[in-house]
Amino acid sequence: MESEFTDKNPVVHKLREWDARAVAEVIEFRGETTVVVPREHLLRAAEYLSSEPSLRFSFLSDITTLDRFPLEPRFELNYHLLSLDRRERLRLKVCLGGNDPVVRTVIPVWPTANWHERENFDLFGIRFEGHPDLRRILMPDDWEGFPLRKDYPVEGYR
Amino acid sequence: MTTTIETPSGTAQTMVLNMGPQHPSTHGVLRVVLELDGELVVKAQPVIGYLHTGIEKSCEAKTYSQAITLTDRLDYLAPLSNNLCYCLAVEKLLEIDVPKRAQYIRVLLTELTRIGSHLVWLGTHAIDLGAMSVFLYTFREREEIMKVFEYVSGQRMMTSYFRIGGLALEPPPGWLDRVSCVIDALPGHVDEYEDLLTNNRIWLGRTQGIGILSAADAIAMGASGPMLRGSGVAYDVRKAFPYSSYDEFEFDVQTQTAGDCFARYQVRVAEIRESIKIVRQAMKKIPAEGPIRTVAPGIVPPSREEMKTSIEGLIYHFKIFTEGFAPPPGEVYQVIESPRGELGFFVASDGSSKPYRVKVRAPSFINLQSLSKLAEGCLIADVVACIGTTDIVLGEVDR
Repeated sequence: MESEFTDKNPVVHKLREWDARAVAEVIEFRGETTVVVPREHLLRAAEYLSSEPSLRFSFLSDITTLDRFPLEPRFELNYHLLSLDRRERLRLKVCLGGNDPVVRTVIPVWPTANWHERENFDLFGIRFEGHPDLRRILMPDDWEGFPLRKDYPVEGYR
Repeated sequence: MTTTIETPSGTAQTMVLNMGPQHPSTHGVLRVVLELDGELVVKAQPVIGYLHTGIEKSCEAKTYSQAITLTDRLDYLAPLSNNLCYCLAVEKLLEIDVPKRAQYIRVLLTELTRIGSHLVWLGTHAIDLGAMSVFLYTFREREEIMKVFEYVSGQRMMTSYFRIGGLALEPPPGWLDRVSCVIDALPGHVDEYEDLLTNNRIWLGRTQGIGILSAADAIAMGASGPMLRGSGVAYDVRKAFPYSSYDEFEFDVQTQTAGDCFARYQVRVAEIRESIKIVRQAMKKIPAEGPIRTVAPGIVPPSREEMKTSIEGLIYHFKIFTEGFAPPPGEVYQVIESPRGELGFFVASDGSSKPYRVKVRAPSFINLQSLSKLAEGCLIADVVACIGTTDIVLGEVDR
């Protein structure tokens, strides 16, 4: 059974062993490992990665979005995880379509995600299901549009 | 930023008070919506965004080299740390190395930045809590550090001195003597601050047991830097993920276990002393001569001499400053230990000469999120101490 997976990275190997459906793709670039996780498995994978005693990704460093407009799936959410005592980093990536940018919140796993998710909502219009306080954070409440999207001009709408 | 004020959650006795955005101890334009029961803070909610300038969006319209100037304006107390993190990220994307001499100079200058930033923090934090004289002393020393930056880079604050592949220019002769003048005087000055504060009963009363953040909470809230180390977690990016030859330097990660305002004060003061150690080592390590920029045609500008004498040099110079260079498509995430904590740059390239996306993981932004935890249950006067030891720079919080 184990020989089925040939991942060099032990973390990816463990994740695949736990549930192969949670790993859609693995990207290695410049010494950084990115695991593409299907949207429906994100929260489960987050729980596993943070609580599994041999992994302990207890620290969420950052959440950020990439807008691939006009390509589809348009949005890529990047979660930068850190294991404080194992000194290891991992990036989770979730792809979201342009007309349905919704994903489950990871606040139950990492409370720090609260402001990160508000920021991604504010600047990209990504909606986080189950977020207790999903409001704009940097822009004014009555702002129209999502400034960091690629179809939003740098100078703003005139 | 939001204009909504949450309705009071507690009893009929609570009142809502806006602290800021115009308040001297918020160090910029931070607003904290406080729900008060008498003088007791029931709920504290930071409201940010007043200084949002869209730096990340602006980066997408600049070439990779031009975007360095925008990074200066994030954490304006530590512009060189921002420069360094951005340059390291782009260098990682391009897979280029920087000569050792430039790496050591980078270490020396970022450690001076850390000292300068901690001095501003100490002075303003002390003045917030009523110790006026410390402020005058720390700014005197910081001024000397600023003079070193001006001498080396031509600028006091918006230095843009670190460039992709090395440094902007050769440091002027005699600069290390100036650095040693500053560094030799510093330990005595730090003793002076400690004499004024560390055993001062008023200072202890204002900081000890105030704004406690447990280690578990600090990790859960993503706090980093002195916030995290003040809660007993010995995590320092310089040790955990060494960059720019930090693994060749000897220094200790300073921690305290109390997790209160006093612990964070102790960590920062101890860090000034550690930084002095690193600067001294760097001064010994920096070779007198050697390249300050890596050789990467088309990416790193040629020397003035080469640009004037060779046709290739002229062409590269022209191309770099007109259309820039195009790193291969991909994404990198680079972190460094800024004075405020884990500073991260996520740079994505689509193969063009402008970054497709630059995201700043601003330590102040994340650390500020813990303020609600720190301030709740404190007295209203202690909120000032809590904001102070969070050490936020609004330019970085709002970006």
